[in-house]
Amino acid sequence: MDTTILLILVQDGVVNGAIYALLALSLVLVFAVTRVVFIPQGELVAYGALTYAALDAGTLPGSVWLLCALGAGAFAAEAWRMRRRWRTRALLRLAAGTLLLPAVVAGLAMLLAPRRPGVAVEALLALAIVTPMAPYLYRIAFQPMAEASVLTLLIAAVGVHFVLLGLGLVFFGPEGSRASGFSDAVFSLGALTVQGQAVWIAGLTVALMLALSGFFEFTLFGRALRATAVNRLGARLVGIATGQSGAIAFTLAGAIGALSGVLIAPLATIYYDSGFLIGLKGFTAAIIAGLASYPGAVLAAVLVGLVESFSAFWASAFKEVIVFTIIIPVLLWRSWRHGPTEDEE
Amino acid sequence: MRPGPLRLPLLLAAGCALLPWLPGLPPYWITLADYIGVAAIVAVGLVVLTGVGGMTSFGQASFLGFGAYATAILSARYGVSPWLALPVSLAVSAAAALLIGAVTLRLSGHYLALGTLAWGVALYYTFANLDFFGRNDGIAGIAPLHVGGLALVDPRWSFTVIWLGVGLAVLATRNLLDSRAGRAIRALRGGALAAASFGVDTPRARMLAFVYAAVLAAFAGWLYAHLQRSVNPTPFGINASIEYLLMAVVGGAAHIGGALLGAALVTVFNDLLQDWLPRLLGHQGNYETIVFGAVLVLVLQASPQGLWPHLARLWRWRAPVRRVVDAAAPPLPRRALPARGTPILEVAGLRKNFGGLVAVGGLDFAVAAGEIVGLIGPNGAGKSTTFNLLTGVAAASGGSVRFQGRPLAGLPARAVAALGVARSFQHVRLVAGMSVIENVAIGAHLRGHAGAFSALLRTDRAEETLLFAEAARQLARVGLAEAADRPADSLALGQQRIVEIARALCLDPVLLLLDEPAAGLRHHEKQALAALLTRLREEGVAILLVEHDMEFVMTLADRLVVMDFGTKLAEGPPEAVRRDPAVIEAYLGSVA
Repeated sequence: MDTTILLILVQDGVVNGAIYALLALSLVLVFAVTRVVFIPQGELVAYGALTYAALDAGTLPGSVWLLCALGAGAFAAEAWRMRRRWRTRALLRLAAGTLLLPAVVAGLAMLLAPRRPGVAVEALLALAIVTPMAPYLYRIAFQPMAEASVLTLLIAAVGVHFVLLGLGLVFFGPEGSRASGFSDAVFSLGALTVQGQAVWIAGLTVALMLALSGFFEFTLFGRALRATAVNRLGARLVGIATGQSGAIAFTLAGAIGALSGVLIAPLATIYYDSGFLIGLKGFTAAIIAGLASYPGAVLAAVLVGLVESFSAFWASAFKEVIVFTIIIPVLLWRSWRHGPTEDEE
Repeated sequence: MRPGPLRLPLLLAAGCALLPWLPGLPPYWITLADYIGVAAIVAVGLVVLTGVGGMTSFGQASFLGFGAYATAILSARYGVSPWLALPVSLAVSAAAALLIGAVTLRLSGHYLALGTLAWGVALYYTFANLDFFGRNDGIAGIAPLHVGGLALVDPRWSFTVIWLGVGLAVLATRNLLDSRAGRAIRALRGGALAAASFGVDTPRARMLAFVYAAVLAAFAGWLYAHLQRSVNPTPFGINASIEYLLMAVVGGAAHIGGALLGAALVTVFNDLLQDWLPRLLGHQGNYETIVFGAVLVLVLQASPQGLWPHLARLWRWRAPVRRVVDAAAPPLPRRALPARGTPILEVAGLRKNFGGLVAVGGLDFAVAAGEIVGLIGPNGAGKSTTFNLLTGVAAASGGSVRFQGRPLAGLPARAVAALGVARSFQHVRLVAGMSVIENVAIGAHLRGHAGAFSALLRTDRAEETLLFAEAARQLARVGLAEAADRPADSLALGQQRIVEIARALCLDPVLLLLDEPAAGLRHHEKQALAALLTRLREEGVAILLVEHDMEFVMTLADRLVVMDFGTKLAEGPPEAVRRDPAVIEAYLGSVA
């Protein structure tokens, strides 16, 4: 191995690690606020990538219809919960969020998709299509059982993962897609060749992290989310609607997933089922960080990315085995440090 | 052994052997039933692991893989007889489970589930990428099962073999759950802490459940390999693991019947969906995964306990089972209690800090045999923390505790229990799904020795009779004999506290630590409790009592230790303590 290869591997690792870091952040956020281990995060990545690739190719992505269907499902689920205390205003607001919004997005997509409006608009449109799916999923699947145990919620998350996987095949088909990047520029830094897309990924990741920390530090919503994460009951007692906190957390997760998808679509061919493994690597990072610490999750994600790129070089067949087994020494260290714990109810 | 308990399984086994030979039965149904049987064996293992033991595994299909690959390699490459390969399959899987369990089982709750997810994925890629396992193509040319010269290739023979296997798995699992080792696994659900306080080796109980489920999965894998005659990595991947979990959850993870029901429903449903959905909806798509996922979420939302409890209620199968207790059984050997007045517990300078908070700050007191000492104090004074320090549940930050002259520092709860220290809990910690007498029998855990193997083979029955006779005697002693067969959580809270005392008595304690035993009791129940404690004192048991009911504790205790803010405020006979100005101030506030 010479320096050039080393640098390429490190660059690959850091770029992938940045994506895993975004996913890890979103997983930590969703878990802290709603106690849901959000396994379907990876599907949102695949949806984001495939939607963006379809728009990039000038076709209307199938996910538009999925968005409308999920919106309608969320409307039905929420209306069913409201059947005892029917309030017209709340219902109208709900309809705006779950029926009107998807219709507008779908209309825009139909209007813009054939005209190939350029990378930036396509990326934004992909975000608009995929992001709302996450809060809809929350309304349909998780909010009705918000008080269930972490384990029950985890199993439900696996159920949602299955549904999204099947729907992905229906709406995107079995073929993989690749999209054009934000930038075709190539820079040279000494022995290192840096691709424009890599710079975009690293830059957007850092920007998003800064924006998230600002959101948690300075906005009311962000603080409400943190309060919910620390103590659900306490948050409710001081007037925070924990259901709404959950919906916000899922919206952020949806946006992060979709953005990660848009970012990697130019780097790799993405299939409807590619998301699961990508998401799991985000998980590995989040677990290493204990599903609790944001900076820890970012560091762990970069580590996962580096381990992946180096094991892809040395033992490509065992890339996945190596990536998923690095979790084990970490878990050992954790359990050795904390000792056995009482299982939560 | 009486013929009764064996008659039903034998009849069922005969039924299994004959059923597929009924004329006119479509062969397709028989094949489907073969797959249901294989899945049911895995799901029964998940009942022990997840439903009873409370550990979720997203990697169960890997153990199926260990079993299947072991027999595939032995029989296809080396021509070993499948029957000889069976013990190897089971042993390989058990060894893998021991190794994986040693790494992951110390994790709790969702960490454990995610850990199993990670190694489930890793093992799948290992199977798919090593030449040894035939990579993605797998291994073909596996010999069918044979008896004498007859090869069992006909699906009807497979049916017979597989369903005999299911019968065996169900029988073994029932035996295991109704035993000393099985109660230890079931006790994990009521909180590992309570189980450990009665001498249950909780990490070992977790490992037992994990290895047992893995061995059942390997057995299913062995059957699968010889049914299929070839293996490849796909049925041992993460999706398969999740499907087994789905079976357990849909059927009802806490019940063996639920596992069978879930396996049947999911397998049939899967088959129907694969058959019909593409016809209805056109060809592209994995529609069954969509329906599967949606059904899983709906079942969890509507009926988290699965479908089995509903079905059982419908058919009244849950009629309370009366456990037959042999009243004539000889009592278990008891330890010799020390002479009255011998010092039992000596606490000196005991301290516990939680970060900057001093919960217990230098506490000294002693309890002698045949003495009742009351530990009282306002809420938050550190009484329950003291209990946890004395029983090894929490580690002290400083000071010493001596029990019969032996230092207790560093001993885990299990070892403290083995010395003869029994306790009850401020917040009742009984296993909700278990009957009262089974809960009480957990207290006698250390007075039995039978392990998992004797449970499976039912050679533990003599010891079980003794343990349950002891449990029944202690229940009668606290006046709850009639409640023996009721589920523990159906009792009033006060009575549940009394059940905890019966459980503690089953340990044959030298020192009894009771945390608010009189809370929630009616007047005459309190009198009965006081009489019981007085009798125990006369027998020479040392009793330390935390209690808020002043009348109760004043009349009963020989001495009181008053705590406030983690330190001893006063100590002495009840009359003196009652007049102590410092105590009055702590309880009622300063008069000034």
